[in-house]
Amino acid sequence: MTTTHRERVLTGETVWGTLTLGLTAWFVAAVFFFPVFWMVLNGFKEEADANASPRLFFEPTLDRFREVTTQTPGLLGFSEAFLNSFWVVAVSTVLVLALAIPAAYALSVRPVRRWRDVLFFFISTKFLPIVAAILPLWIIARDLGILNSHLVLIILYTAMNLPLAVWMLRSFFSEVPRELIEAAEIDGTGLWGQITQVMLPIVTPGIAATALLCVVFAWNEFFLAVQLNPVDASTVPIWVTSNVSTRGNFLAKLSAASSLAVLPVVLAGWLAQKRMIRGLTMGAIK
Amino acid sequence: MAEVRYRDATRIYPGADEPAVDRLNLDIADREFLVLVGPSGSGKSTALRMLAGLEAVDQGSIRIGDRDVTLVPPKDRDVAMVFQNYALYPHMTVAQNMGFALKQRGVSREERARRVVEAARILELEAHLDRKPRSLSGGQRQRVAMGRAIVRHPQVFLMDEPLSNLDAKLRVQTRAELADLQARLGVTTVYVTHDQVEAMTMGHRVAVLDRGVMQQVDKPRTLYRLPANLFVASFIGSPAMNLIPSSHDGRSLAFGSGRCAVDPVVATQMARFEATDVVLGVRPQGLALGTGGTPAEVVVVEELGSETFVFVELEHLGKTIRVRVRVDAEYSVARGDRTHVTVQGPVHVFGPDGLRLQTRSEADHGGST
Repeated sequence: MTTTHRERVLTGETVWGTLTLGLTAWFVAAVFFFPVFWMVLNGFKEEADANASPRLFFEPTLDRFREVTTQTPGLLGFSEAFLNSFWVVAVSTVLVLALAIPAAYALSVRPVRRWRDVLFFFISTKFLPIVAAILPLWIIARDLGILNSHLVLIILYTAMNLPLAVWMLRSFFSEVPRELIEAAEIDGTGLWGQITQVMLPIVTPGIAATALLCVVFAWNEFFLAVQLNPVDASTVPIWVTSNVSTRGNFLAKLSAASSLAVLPVVLAGWLAQKRMIRGLTMGAIK
Repeated sequence: MAEVRYRDATRIYPGADEPAVDRLNLDIADREFLVLVGPSGSGKSTALRMLAGLEAVDQGSIRIGDRDVTLVPPKDRDVAMVFQNYALYPHMTVAQNMGFALKQRGVSREERARRVVEAARILELEAHLDRKPRSLSGGQRQRVAMGRAIVRHPQVFLMDEPLSNLDAKLRVQTRAELADLQARLGVTTVYVTHDQVEAMTMGHRVAVLDRGVMQQVDKPRTLYRLPANLFVASFIGSPAMNLIPSSHDGRSLAFGSGRCAVDPVVATQMARFEATDVVLGVRPQGLALGTGGTPAEVVVVEELGSETFVFVELEHLGKTIRVRVRVDAEYSVARGDRTHVTVQGPVHVFGPDGLRLQTRSEADHGGST
């Protein structure tokens, strides 16, 4: 007990201070979580209940989930949208990593000349608002004949996530002690071996975090999907909005669709955080 | 197993004015344990990294055995290196760490396992082969780093301050083990340290570097007894030699209220210099406290148990100077005591260029005895 007391004195902490901080944290967390919680809750309600003044107690039903997943002929179906999203997101994320890993290596472990300029160039591609670029993008896509295809979204999502991925991976790579790469060099590995056998296993948590962000951004992307891909190969965000109708109530239905749409992202987050164990380089040096 | 030859090897870092290593000429014999020692920034690590291939050789050349390796990449030099911070692969077990280089060379799984177990036995790591570096103690990690070098049976071991992250007691113990291991394996070793005690105790020969320039390379005993210049004299030996600016009359040097005689050959050389352009060097062992000699006052007493070092202040050429004197542990002395200092041991004379003046026998033997 004496030690904890002394530690508190040393760090200037008091019981009240700790309590206030804790309560504030819980409050902020609740404020952020509540809308998500309410969305999921609404998905299990009748439309009437969802649109009535907020009630916590109601008869839960899976009807809304059944409604949104039932295929209506001629309209965008749930499974079709999910499959489209899956392919677009998976392929673009793999592409991003395949391009960003060598780029990050060249910018951190063995910096190329003028690497700062290169790094700035990467991020500068994000300066232009996408709205300003949409018309030329649309015309180019039309001329190439790739409107309404998976390909156009794969290309654009790869381009969209690449700068961020390079920046993130570069900072993770920079944390790997230089001597580890030198040791691998002296142990007889070439460039490929240094990357695959030493660098990548160590920065796995960083790669997982980067991949997760790419997945989330690509999965939720709406603007490009709706402009360039409105008919065939529509993705999940478009399917979610297709549940907005001009007649009758749709809040419960939309909530159910949204809940389904966030599930894969939550799953991806859960998978990624299992790989994000900190301190993987522990024991490497000293 | 091979000899190593530095020939005018120079490294200039991009953007730097001064070379980090300036025309280094050094021959290291087969099976020799050579220590590169110097203060930080002396270029000792750079010289080692040039031999490893991690640092470019801007001018000159480096040979290992009969091969010119100046432009050979590190992976093809057949050298093994132990890093100051060990640089163990954190995602691999101890066995995998040690076997990694062999795997890269396509050594069979059985042969790898055999050599890893053999090295682990030498380093007493057998019980830890399946553990990851993070669950090892500092001393164990250091031994894994050693093991990674040993299993390769390389031509040269390169060690960059491998003991500096160990605590004092373990460092002294590992120092002896490492020297013994090197002798048993008989592999040419280049060892970098800033610790002159490590250098003196481990090296067959020691090369002293300062600001990129090699000052002297010789056996530890010779470095201690016959330092080539002021830098080596001040760097080698613990505690350090007393270096006192003095004046000469062509035969002897001023010390305190008296004078001390010098070797006649040294005196002849000394006579060429201005009277006040010389430095008198005498180790703490070469001074004595007693009743005769220059009056002095005791200011600091350092008792080491086996011996005692006493700092005394005395009047020398109109100034108060402080010198260190070694006395026996039984000698009773305290701060504030009034005493007298005499010069008894070997006296070194350094000229205005910092070089030590040699006696005839030293000059005849080329400086090594």
